[in-house]
Amino acid sequence: MTTVEERPTVLSARNLVQEFTVRGRGGIKGGVVHAVSDVSFDIAEGETLGVVGETGSGKSTLARSVMQAPRPKSGEVVLRGVNLTTCKRAQLTEARRHVQMVFQDPFGSLNPRWRVSDIVAEPLVGYGVGSGAERERRVRELLDLVGLNPDTFGRRRPHELSGGQCQRVAIARAIALDPALIVCDEAVSSLDVLIQAQVLNLFEQLRTELGLSYLFISHDLALVKQVSDRVAVMHLGQLCEVGPAEALYRAPLHPYTVALLASIPEPDPESARRRRPLAIRGEPPSPISPPSGCRFRTRCPRAETRCAEEVPVLRELAPGHSVACHFPEHDGTP
Amino acid sequence: MSIEEMAERTAIVADGGGQPLLEVEDLRVRFESRGRRVNAVNGLSYRLYEGRMLAIIGESGSGKSVSSRALMGLLPGSARISGSARFQGRQLLGLPDREMRRHRGADIAMVFQDPARSLNPTMRIGAQITEAVRAHGDVDKRAAYERAMELLQLVRLPAPERRFHEYPHQLSGGMRQRVMIAIALAADPKLLIADEATTALDVTTQAQIMELLLELQERLGMAIILISHDLGLAATYAHDVIVMYAGRAVEYAPASTLFAAVRMPYTEALLGAIPRLERPPHSPLPVTPGQPPDLTALPAGCPFEPRCPRAQDDCRTEAPPFTEHEPGHWWACYHPCEGSSS
Ligand SMILES: Nc1ncnc2c1ncn2[C@@H]1O[C@H](COP(=O)(O)OP(=O)(O)OP(=O)(O)O)[C@@H](O)[C@H]1O
Ligand SMILES: Nc1ncnc2c1ncn2[C@@H]1O[C@H](COP(=O)(O)OP(=O)(O)OP(=O)(O)O)[C@@H](O)[C@H]1O
Ligand code: SF4
Ligand code: SF4
Ligand SMILES: [Mg+2]
Ligand SMILES: [Mg+2]
Repeated sequence: MTTVEERPTVLSARNLVQEFTVRGRGGIKGGVVHAVSDVSFDIAEGETLGVVGETGSGKSTLARSVMQAPRPKSGEVVLRGVNLTTCKRAQLTEARRHVQMVFQDPFGSLNPRWRVSDIVAEPLVGYGVGSGAERERRVRELLDLVGLNPDTFGRRRPHELSGGQCQRVAIARAIALDPALIVCDEAVSSLDVLIQAQVLNLFEQLRTELGLSYLFISHDLALVKQVSDRVAVMHLGQLCEVGPAEALYRAPLHPYTVALLASIPEPDPESARRRRPLAIRGEPPSPISPPSGCRFRTRCPRAETRCAEEVPVLRELAPGHSVACHFPEHDGTP
Repeated sequence: MSIEEMAERTAIVADGGGQPLLEVEDLRVRFESRGRRVNAVNGLSYRLYEGRMLAIIGESGSGKSVSSRALMGLLPGSARISGSARFQGRQLLGLPDREMRRHRGADIAMVFQDPARSLNPTMRIGAQITEAVRAHGDVDKRAAYERAMELLQLVRLPAPERRFHEYPHQLSGGMRQRVMIAIALAADPKLLIADEATTALDVTTQAQIMELLLELQERLGMAIILISHDLGLAATYAHDVIVMYAGRAVEYAPASTLFAAVRMPYTEALLGAIPRLERPPHSPLPVTPGQPPDLTALPAGCPFEPRCPRAQDDCRTEAPPFTEHEPGHWWACYHPCEGSSS
């Protein structure tokens, strides 16, 4: 088995920063939202990097920064050797073929007036790929690949499809140009579990068959574990823990990861009406004025004075397993 | 089995004894508009006792919200409702508007998924709660204020004196949901229906809100109906669970019984499809093909038949009855699963 580290890097993000200036209204203070603060990661060929974190932690902003929509305030994104943050517009357009995005809302992301086959053909037309007949063949192939019969579904419009079918169409469109990387932002979160399982299996099938890489974003930790080789935990604009999926879930290093895992209600008979000690008390802090030092310290059960004074930086405690915490749960040798 | 017998058995299971707080019997809701008929709820029966938490779970469109809104008189005019729903012995279906308004809030209150949309964005939090307090009782301004503050403390809103004067957008999602719960509690309801009330929240915030609901339930002796698509949530917090499919109850048992021995193939499919922490990454999920049936044209047989791995010929002819096969454990299936934990 080749380990992920031996595979070539597809995408490399370095020190990404994205901020929004918000104006005050109704008594709330205006200021700068630190949506993404100095985030770095790599994704290898055929690898899935999962990103988890609570609402407002900056997951979608991170995804959009990777896509250069809009370009991040600072930092760089290198895709297969091309620096997307500094390259010319024409080069960016060309490079964008190789990164595609699938969003949460399956209906909202498809043009309601178009037929399924036209929706899937759109990127091919946009980039002038192949002749009309070749495109038609490619569309049929793509619909087959995502498990939709082209004869049955090709002529339908989005409102004649279920949520899961819509998401398959969006995926077919996303892989039309043979991208290297797909960014999934809550791509299955709105689907019912039975349909969700179908779409998750489809993502896995495409990864093994086409060697696709994914940046897979979700607030659902169990979902992210299901598809990820490595997982990054995001908290208030920063990565607080990154590691191999197995290790991170089995022996989390960051107190925030521990709290997230402890909060998941699991459907097993033992858990019935079990009163669990609350993993986190209190409210998430404001992204406009995050706490000094560690941004988790106001809710952290392990916090000490040092946590308010010194920003913890991401450091590697075990191979590929890093944490940004002064007092991690263990020393990395579980 | 008759509903009376069912009541007896459930009473034993429920361990509450006495009269049920809510008794729903063969509830049906059909929407009719422009010649289209949507059979949203197709014969739902259950009993709920004081102080219990009943989870109603199922996929989108299975009839969870419609069946609860029927109890509150909150369905549009296109809804045709039949069956019976008795609250403390009193029939709710068909109540005149005025009486329904009195019953709403005072007997049963509801909390919805989206507190941002349920709260008035232009009104301060305090004014909205005070309004709810005054709507249910003839109290003066001072008493209403005191009651409002008491409610905000009850739902553990941080810094209630300050929040009282703030607008909804100044609160986090979790805090807004606490305010919604406070408003729902204004008239001391005996039953709280939480319709996907934690679905939009983070897991950590969800755990806090669920903890709050459990605490309120203990302190106020309130019954709760927890509507959710999340089996994990039901398993962790509810006493009893109803699984709905295509407007019907297909499995019903105390949570511990249900999750120890699932009988209904549909419930088993749901459980198998949930990504679980104990599964290794990249393990394929078992697949259930197809989609829920079209509610405008339900099949004659079992509605799950086209997707069911255990289906046989007899499943197509007549829908299986919803019966208590084991003490306290009800299901609607001719060829149930072996009953081992999945
Ligand atoms: N265009 C914008 N203008 C101002 N603030 C923004 C903008 N986009 C995002 N934000 C803020 O940036 C922070 C990060 O938001 P983002 O949408 O990236 O979070 P998220 O992790 O994707 O959350 P969710 O799980 O809710 O989707 C939030 O505080 C959000 O309010
Ligand atoms: N006013 C209406 N007119 C016609 N059909 C309706 C109306 N309200 C609901 N329905 C239909 O009734 C069925 C049951 O809806 P309901 O809202 O109870 O589902 P649910 O189980 O709560 O789903 P979700 O998990 O998506 O909230 C659905 O098929 C829905 O489309
Ligand atoms: S640095 Fe301190 S406050 Fe932050 S997570 Fe670690 S122990 Fe908690
Ligand atoms: S009755 Fe038949 S089709 Fe329906 S769930 Fe049971 S085995 Fe499956
Ligand atoms: Mg987002
Ligand atoms: Mg609903």
